[in-house]
This record gives sequence, structure tokens and C-alpha cells, in this order.
Amino acid sequence: MNRIYFDHAATTPVRPEVLTEMLPYFTENFGNPSSIYAWGRENRSAIDRARDSIAAQLGCTAREIIFTGCGSEADNLAIKGFALANQKKGNHIITSAVEHHAVLDTVKYMTKLGFEITILPVDQYGMVSPDELAKAIRPETILVSIMYANNEVGTINPIPELAKVCREAGVCFHTDAVQAAGALDLNVDKLGVDMMSLSAHKFYGPKGVGLLYVRKGVKLDSLIHGGGQERGRRAGTENVAGIVGMAKALELANAERLEMNARLTALRDRLIIGLRDRIPEIRLNGHPTERLPNNVNISIRYIEGESLLLNLDLKGIAASSGSACTSGSLEASHVLLAMGIPHEIAHGSLRLTLGRKTTEAEIDYLLEVLPPIVEKLRAMSPLYSPS
Amino acid sequence: MYSEKVMDHFMNPRNVGEIADADGVGTEGNPVCGDIMRIYIKVDEADRITDVKFKTFGCGAAIATSDMVCEMVIGKTIDEALQITNAAVAEALEGLPPNKMHCSNLAADALHKAIADYKERKAKQA
Ligand SMILES: Cc1ncc(COP(=O)(O)O)c(C=O)c1O
Repeated sequence: MNRIYFDHAATTPVRPEVLTEMLPYFTENFGNPSSIYAWGRENRSAIDRARDSIAAQLGCTAREIIFTGCGSEADNLAIKGFALANQKKGNHIITSAVEHHAVLDTVKYMTKLGFEITILPVDQYGMVSPDELAKAIRPETILVSIMYANNEVGTINPIPELAKVCREAGVCFHTDAVQAAGALDLNVDKLGVDMMSLSAHKFYGPKGVGLLYVRKGVKLDSLIHGGGQERGRRAGTENVAGIVGMAKALELANAERLEMNARLTALRDRLIIGLRDRIPEIRLNGHPTERLPNNVNISIRYIEGESLLLNLDLKGIAASSGSACTSGSLEASHVLLAMGIPHEIAHGSLRLTLGRKTTEAEIDYLLEVLPPIVEKLRAMSPLYSPS
Repeated sequence: MYSEKVMDHFMNPRNVGEIADADGVGTEGNPVCGDIMRIYIKVDEADRITDVKFKTFGCGAAIATSDMVCEMVIGKTIDEALQITNAAVAEALEGLPPNKMHCSNLAADALHKAIADYKERKAKQA
């Protein structure tokens, strides 16, 4: 059976061009970049080249980039590192209810260290309002962290407006751009952000490498102490292959971004329209237009997500859901609940995220196999009474 | 993550449906957890369960345990049926993943509620 991957928001495969760039750094070029002999120096310059390339993509300087072990680490570094370094200025941190747990749980953790937090609500589409943000800022507020694009429903936040509110209030603004990379403009000056997290495995780079952009002048404590790598802000021998791979992946993603977005948007809309035509009583979760070009998230009433995913898996289709059974907690997705979606409908959500290799034929195959699965599960459901 | 037996009962449940003139109906679970199981029973004069059907909203384990409890209970007296526990249902399915032992393993409770409903109706008639 052919397998079809509709879960690119979870992770993506490493592109062959990226892998080719990485391979030498596992074998011949194995040296420690901190060593002074040729092996080390060569790897130091490989990291420098990668850093320069990424800086050019983000519109920042090389010194403003800190390589990390993943997107979660970048989020942790931004929040904990900034809060600890700036606690004399204030103790209030603001985030939103729909953040990835790497941000949300980190912000909640800060209460244990004496910080106060505000978790902003979102509208029915999962969007944060600049006005709500402005109202939540207090004299003690030091940091705001709001994601660029949501990983579950694909909603894109108005980052330039949110960043402007913070700039005017003199508050540092961090954005988790992990899902935005590859699809949206990452120019840090256009966005107006002070810190930004990325993770390579979401844009066809390797797993286990990410970065935090930190605007010049923003003070940050290191979370990992040790050797002086990353200018003392993140100790640990660099993941040279990973860093080289991330830089290549970002170059490719940005070069193809607009063309890819047009292609994915057309496929996405074909999928959304196809689902609406074939399955009664579904709703699209997330914003109708301000959404990632590869994200479809629907709630299918009267059925539960895990049983849907198991059925799809048996048909060779990989997808994800915000049901409790698949969210790793006892409740349905915090994102869908924050958008005001009732529990039983949140449990029936299905996220399909497309990728650069997704074809029309794959979309059509899904549209063919999903309706009978839904019908079968609805026939079993005590909540469903066919009209 | 699921045993073959769970997958079989999940994909090919034998006892899905409703009994229009059921003698007892029991519902367990809630929408917050994402599992709702409803069991319908038909009982003869000798208090023996002659037919049983279920409708379930929930994950693979919720559907498989619902189907299994129906299979285990058919032909039993209500006293025998009351001995069936959630753990026994899980065991008959050759085990469930640990995180499924609580919220998704309530089929025996739904059955016991159906039996309680039956007893109540019978008491009212008498
Ligand atoms: C929005 C968002 N932030 C952070 C992360 C965490 O990234 P990583 O898997 O690299 O730790 C993810 C990935 O799941 C994500 O989607």
C-alpha cells in the first residue's frame, strides 16, 4: 500500500540537497569547531558560513543568531533566559492561550520563580488581538511571547502590529516562528520582533537543531553553562552537520517560498472544498484566509479523532488530531478549546498538513477514503442521529 | 500500540446498534474526556440477557471495549453480568495501553448502568 503523509506540521523529511551538504560533517569533517588545528578551523568556518547565510535570510547580523538543540530549546531560552536576565526591570510576562507547549508551559513555569503571567485569550479563529495585548501590558511587563503561525489550526497572527504595541510600551517581543518558517516572511525588521525561534525539521532540515534570533542589545542569561560556544549564550559543542543543514534548508525554502505557497494554497483549498462537498456537518477550524498555505484543520461532528486516525492509518494515510487521546493529555486540544469549540467537537478534529511533495492525486485519494470512514464511525456514535 | 484483538474489535465490531424495545439502557463517560458509551440490553423472564448492542463515541479502545463487553455478556444472567469488571474486559482484549485503562475502559460500567435501568423498570412494573 502507498503511504501518504499529511502531517508536515509534525515534521518533514530532510531534502536530499540538505543531506548532501550535511554528510561530510559526520565523517571526514568531524573536527570540533573549537579546536585550533585544520579540522577544527574548517568546521568553525562551516558554522560561520551557515550563520551568515541564515542572517541574510532573516535580515539580521550573524551575531544575533544563537544555535540551539531544537525549537523548544529556543523558546525556553527566549523566555527563561530573558526573564532571568531582566527581572530587575519587572516580573510580568504575557503570552497567548494557543501557544505551543514549549512556550505555554515555560511561561507557566516562570510563576514558580516569582513571575506573574497573563495568558491572552484568542478569537474564534485562534488569533490574538493587538488591542487585547495593549490592555494587558502593565508597568512591570518585561516580555511578550506570541506565536507567528499556529501549529494546529494554521492561523497567522498579526505579528507586525503586536510587535509595534510592545515596542511602543518598551516591552521585549518574542515570536515562535517554528511553523511559519518556509511559508511566511521571516525578515525580523519587517516583523519588528526582538526574538524569534525556528526549528530546522519543520522546513525540510534535520531534527535536533533550531535557533533563536536575539536582537542586538537584548540581554539574555544562558540556560546551558559550560564552554563559551555561541558567545557564551549556549554552551555545548556545536551540531555542525545540523547547523549546515538548517542553513541550506532555509535557503531553499525561502527561494521557493512564493511558488510553493501558491501551489500549496491551491491544493489546500481543493481539499477544503472537497471535504465540505462530501461530508456533512464539518467545520473548518482556524482562520479562513489568514492561515498557513499547507494547513487544513476540520472538526467532524459526532466522531472522535483517534478512531478516525486509526482508520486513516489502515488506508495508508498519516494525519493528526486534537483529541485527548492524541494530544497527550486528558483533555482535547488547548488550542481548539481556547477558540471556544465545545469539547465533543474538539475531540473530533482532524489536521491535514500538506508538503512540497503532496499531489492532487493524494488529495483526491483522501477525499475518496475519508467519507466512508466518517459514515462508519458516525453510525457507531450515540451522538449521531441521521436526519 | 493496540493489540491485534483490540484492532479487530475496533475495525469489525459485531454488536454495534440500538435495541428499539430495550429492557435497559446505560450510558457512561462524558464529552470532556471524549468517550461516551451506551449499552442496550434485552432481558428474558429468567433475568438472562438475550440481546445486547452498543453505540460509542470515542477512541479505538472505547469502541473495542464496548464491543467486547457485549460479547462477554450475551447469554449471561444479570447477576453474572454484574461480575464483569472493566479490568476483565481489558484482559479479554489481551490488554490495553496504560493510558487507556481509565477513560476509555468504561464499557462494563455502562453495562452495569443498563442493568440498573432494567431493574428499576422492573421494580416500577411490579
Ligand atoms: C509552534 C511550535 N513551536 C515549537 C515547536 C517545538 O519544536 P521542536 O520540535 O524543534 O522542539 C513546535 C514543533 O512541534 C511547534 O510547532
